[in-house]
Amino acid sequence: MNNDSTGKPIITSDPWSKLRTFTDARIALGRCGTSLPVKESLEFKLAHARARDAVLVPADMVSLANQLELQGYSTIQLESSVVDRMEYLVRPDKGRLLSETSSIALQHHGQRNFDIGITVCDGLSGPAIHENAYEGVSGFLECVAKTELRVAPVCLVTNGRVAIGDEIGHLLGCKMMILLVGERPGLSSSNSLGAYITYEPKPGITDEARNCISNIRTGGMSIAEGVRKITYLVESGLALGKTGVELKDKMSSSYLPLQGLIPSL
Amino acid sequence: MSTGRNFREMSLKELLAKATPRRSGDELAGVAAKSEEERVRAQMALAEVPLRRFLSEAVIPYEKDEVTRLIIDSHDSEAFAPISGFTVGEFRDWLLGDEADIESLAELAPGITPEMAAAVSKLMRMQDLVLVAAKCRVVTSFRNTIGKAGTFSVRLQPNHPTDDLQGIAASTLDGLCYGCGDAVIGINPATDNVENIVRLMQMLDSLIDTYSIPTQSCVLTHVTTTMEAIKAGAPVDLCFQSIAGTEQANRSFGVNLAMLQEANEATLALGRGTVGNNVMYFETGQGSALSANAHHGVDQQTLEARAYAVARVYNPLLVNSVVGFIGPEYLYNGKQIQRAGLEDHFCGKLLGVPMGVDICYTNHAEADQDDMDVLLTLLGNAGCNFIMGVPGADDIMLNYQSTSFHDAAYIRKLLGLKPAPEFQAWLESMEIHNSAGVLQPVDVSNRLLAMSREEGK
Repeated sequence: MNNDSTGKPIITSDPWSKLRTFTDARIALGRCGTSLPVKESLEFKLAHARARDAVLVPADMVSLANQLELQGYSTIQLESSVVDRMEYLVRPDKGRLLSETSSIALQHHGQRNFDIGITVCDGLSGPAIHENAYEGVSGFLECVAKTELRVAPVCLVTNGRVAIGDEIGHLLGCKMMILLVGERPGLSSSNSLGAYITYEPKPGITDEARNCISNIRTGGMSIAEGVRKITYLVESGLALGKTGVELKDKMSSSYLPLQGLIPSL
Repeated sequence: MSTGRNFREMSLKELLAKATPRRSGDELAGVAAKSEEERVRAQMALAEVPLRRFLSEAVIPYEKDEVTRLIIDSHDSEAFAPISGFTVGEFRDWLLGDEADIESLAELAPGITPEMAAAVSKLMRMQDLVLVAAKCRVVTSFRNTIGKAGTFSVRLQPNHPTDDLQGIAASTLDGLCYGCGDAVIGINPATDNVENIVRLMQMLDSLIDTYSIPTQSCVLTHVTTTMEAIKAGAPVDLCFQSIAGTEQANRSFGVNLAMLQEANEATLALGRGTVGNNVMYFETGQGSALSANAHHGVDQQTLEARAYAVARVYNPLLVNSVVGFIGPEYLYNGKQIQRAGLEDHFCGKLLGVPMGVDICYTNHAEADQDDMDVLLTLLGNAGCNFIMGVPGADDIMLNYQSTSFHDAAYIRKLLGLKPAPEFQAWLESMEIHNSAGVLQPVDVSNRLLAMSREEGK
């Protein structure tokens, strides 16, 4: 029943709904009285529920490791010093530190001194990892395979924050660390991946020393474009000998990934 | 007492931190009370502290911090005189009494330091924070008048993840048709380069001009970028900046007091206000100093109140506490966000600042729209100057949830509040509100919808 007993519509609709083609914003929702119609109210709740689940459901790092190993890439499973998801949310300091076990494991890792380290960190979104991390990591590694750059095993971290890549990179002796992290989910996107690129990572580095690419997802920056931008920043960061505020993104539309680092035949 | 510490020996800084209601950020900083009993005993001890002590004991040393210097140097001892003999507890009781009315509170404001305001708020329950704040009126103006009794204003926030002009215009039209946008039409830009900022400023200016809307626009970018835009001849109504309560935290935002002064003067010089000349728009929020590791061991609410002391020097049109934006490591859940929102509004108003609140949360906080409804209803009753209007409460650029155009209409309807008077007159002329301030169905032929036809081309 769309009308009240006098035959008037219950919902006052907004005659500008065609403007929705210009934005994902929740416009032209209509109203009952001045309030939100039930359909829109429940749509919002559903989006919020999905975003909440994205935060609380841990990323499945074992599956990601299996996928990567099947392709011949070695991986290391690590965890931060956070004990559970609840602590993760309130103790950013602990999320930036490896657990003792993980730290010892890396200290005893046989190999050292890599050009590139890659860390995948669940951050605030499991779906970001499930939907984008494998393609991002393997896409990047395919580019790197054409070069002579030495790449560390892919480190997969549970309950980690961005700066944990600094400790990992330092322990493995990486010249450059690429950290992929699940971003804080919004209602219209709960699967965004962020990428942080840090030259000579070591504990104590702050954010102005990194480059960041965000919103890597279907519907945002495509994974292919994200990989291209990561390789651009890695290549120019290695050339410049630094990352961060002094490394500007001036990637041209014709840039070919790591072309400058591929040995000539 | 299990702590073994005598509260009488504690510094004001320690006492304030231990007396503050439970908050994840203070626990993260390691300054919070270790038990519920310790917290209440600290409150009891704080109630005995004479207000005069706040003038001789700074929470951050005078020599080390320009915000402390500002607070001490600008203190008005004449205004302070009526309460100079009170303890914090007596001050709380006096504020709730009938002698504290609109006039006496306005006269008192320059005599109150942010630490005094923070301290007294820690001894108050939610209803106390509502009742006293409702007696504090701070009225400001630019192209309309904000903060008058019986009014409630809304910042229209039409953000878009790629700053698409049509997308922004679509959300703006939606908000205007719901009676929102009298506080400011303000965009958080996705990219910060000057060319983009100027483009957004021109678009809003042209919109306001075309439809003769009695409101002001703002593109919320760094103060230095706004200065560049001014130099480039861009139509700047309000100058925005995020600020915090310590010199070091402000430095992490890339600002200091001298820069704010310069920006204020440059914006004033444009003379674009018609009914008033309050040209600054500041945003704040508990946790920013801790997040920048610039908290000096002071609790986050006291630091927040110090940010208002920074704001009031520049006679802002709007000051907005973005209460739940940073995340659960500072305000864990709905209860903490609600308490913080009311404290912020109370402290700002007591200090004479035109407070609004971005009633909001992120998806990793333990909060939802029910919590926002509670805070909105409380703040409406507390006489809050303005809130945010975001389409459907979902900001698709900043990835957080705030209040919607519908929420604004709800609180106005519930409490019989109207927009700023000049804006209300415009809404009536556009047949969006009737003279009672009630939303009208927008007819397809409405003149404002011509905007959508323009955008649809």
